[in-house]
Amino acid sequence: MSSNIKSNSVIENSWAQLKQLTSARIALGRSGISLPTHAQLKFQLDHAQARDAVYFQLNVSKLCADLTQSFSSMNLESIGLQSDAIDRPTYLKRPDYGKRLSQISKEILLKRITKAKFSPNTFNYDIAFVIVDGLSALAIETNALRFLKTACTNLQSEKFTIAPFCVVEQGRVAIGDEIGELLSAKLVIVLIGERPGLSSPDSMGIYLTWHPKVGLTDESRNCISNIRNGGLSDTEATMKLRYLVTQAHKREISGIALKDETSSKQSLSSLNSFLIE
Amino acid sequence: MKSYHHTIGQHNYIFKDLKDLMAKASPTRSGDFLAGLGAENAQERVAAQMALADLPLKTFLNDLVIPYESDEITRLIIDSHDEQAFKTVSHLTIGDFRNWLLSDDADTSALHALSKGLTPEMVAAVSKIMRIQDLVIVSKKCEVVSKFRNTIGLRGRLATRLQPNHPTDDPVGIAASILDGLMNGAGDAVIGINPASDNVAQVTLLIKMLDQIIQQYQIPTQSCVLTHVTNTLIAIDSGAPVDLVFQSIGGTEATNRSFGIDLNLLSEARDAAYSLKRGTVGSNVMYFETGQGSALSAQANFGVDQQTCEARAYAVARHFDPLLVNSVVGFIGPEYLYDGKQIMRAGLEDHFCGKLLGIPMGCDVCYTNHAEADQDDMDTLLTLLGVAGCNFIMGVPGADDIMLNYQTTSFHDALYARRVLDLKPAPEFELWLQNMGIITDNKMITLGHNLPNNFAKALQRLS
Repeated sequence: MSSNIKSNSVIENSWAQLKQLTSARIALGRSGISLPTHAQLKFQLDHAQARDAVYFQLNVSKLCADLTQSFSSMNLESIGLQSDAIDRPTYLKRPDYGKRLSQISKEILLKRITKAKFSPNTFNYDIAFVIVDGLSALAIETNALRFLKTACTNLQSEKFTIAPFCVVEQGRVAIGDEIGELLSAKLVIVLIGERPGLSSPDSMGIYLTWHPKVGLTDESRNCISNIRNGGLSDTEATMKLRYLVTQAHKREISGIALKDETSSKQSLSSLNSFLIE
Repeated sequence: MKSYHHTIGQHNYIFKDLKDLMAKASPTRSGDFLAGLGAENAQERVAAQMALADLPLKTFLNDLVIPYESDEITRLIIDSHDEQAFKTVSHLTIGDFRNWLLSDDADTSALHALSKGLTPEMVAAVSKIMRIQDLVIVSKKCEVVSKFRNTIGLRGRLATRLQPNHPTDDPVGIAASILDGLMNGAGDAVIGINPASDNVAQVTLLIKMLDQIIQQYQIPTQSCVLTHVTNTLIAIDSGAPVDLVFQSIGGTEATNRSFGIDLNLLSEARDAAYSLKRGTVGSNVMYFETGQGSALSAQANFGVDQQTCEARAYAVARHFDPLLVNSVVGFIGPEYLYDGKQIMRAGLEDHFCGKLLGIPMGCDVCYTNHAEADQDDMDTLLTLLGVAGCNFIMGVPGADDIMLNYQTTSFHDALYARRVLDLKPAPEFELWLQNMGIITDNKMITLGHNLPNNFAKALQRLS
């Protein structure tokens, strides 16, 4: 027996050509007034990827090993650390815990510094890189090592002294302040997994803070955002980073006083909208 | 400072002051624990709720959670309190007040007459001893109507803000989302863009673009570019066609200071927009957004729980006769509202408190990817708010805001709510949708199959 039911009940939108003008989810069509199956499942997949990115666990020992190996020529070591947030639910509920090192991690770091025997009243390092899982360890696993290779190679010509890499689990941006202060670094550069977007579960951000110390807030930092495949490229991000790093050292500042003047602000020259005659 | 207590069995629970009592009586939410204010256990919470239920409503006029001397919002609340309106309920406790709100005596006109006699702390307190069904049934009795180029908040109507955001403010990309939204019946509350840039010249171009679109297609709605109030003031000064002034507001003076605003600045902005006289059916010119947790986030909560701080923001909103107010309930993140359950309850509390205080309350039914929430939670909250008579919700293409990186309700979601709950768009906008052939059946909202001629012409300009 043949069925009266059409195999496709979806009503497509006659304005589907507009899809090429925006990444917004327009012209999805409809079944009755509801979302068609294809668009519904596409959304669910994107949300699933973002959710899994939030709960993705950073393989700290592997990343440390990879970093040590990749930067052996520069004689840079890596240290694995943890914040005060014991697990992801705690991390999500208590941002304050994610901003501080656990007692054990603090001791590990202090031991390493004592070993280095630096003199007081001077800074041990020009730069400390702190690599933090943040809200997407996937972003760190996908982007951090690759980006650091490009960035450190680029910065080599400036003859900066670089601290051992610190890789932190369950951390927030501000944990770089405590680590940078303990390491006695002039500038801390935090690489962190950003809050996953529906179309960008693996986006990495970079935060620079001059003279890091516990208690600083966002206005003391500069940010480079959206580093990922399909977002800001390593080359572009490195260019911005180099500018900010050299300016921070030269002018001894970071944050709102230090503007990223490399970015070419896109400005709207005209309305030029097809909706307007 | 007066302390409060309640005995259950052998245990005497003591609450050191009114704000402690209010915080401990609050249904569980992560932000109150982050602030160190939440109840230690489930029994302490109920003890606080019982103590709160015994408090006379009058208490809230004398025992102020944030001092009169140090906070201009407390001064606004106390100085604008309508004693005459309050008289009808002044003998009630919070517990009695809940019973009265649920009673058949508390009808639409009684609630309307009372609204200026209520303070945010009173409505926050009673909400803490109400279940979701209580919040819904009382909200549904309230009707708060506001007008600019159409009429929003009438019973049996649900409006939507068309939110065509774009990560680089590209006017073509924005226009594409606007057309998609209009074709799905969205945009009667406002066509409102969150700009990616704070650049005033860029903001002004967007304001002009929206104005031209509304004029060209004669859409009975209003536009807004959601930039800081100081930017909008500059835009107005330079002659930009501003319909609505937007601002995020909070419930303490210090929260608002962290937003770079105070009551004087909001007054100035309201007067400036009002002087343009761009409304056709009314002159409500303000659009406010709020959200639980903003005060703590600005370290400006002064030991007051986040829901009470939120209700205090509605006193600010009420003072400026807004067209639209919405809580952006799930945007703030899981450290304030952890999961779908907390977001849902907060959304319904906010809507209830806003409506009882007499403001035209909508809701941004939303979540971020690090919250324990999903589309099912949003469907539930949307349905409940629709039943509760929420004035408006958001509408973005496919529930995905590509600029703000969060999920809110889609154009399809709004159509769902309108259909299952038999809710109509704002009347002027509904007529426009019918004339354009975008909706074809006004009994059960049904979309047409053809692109209106003037939209077809617009698409031709692209090829």
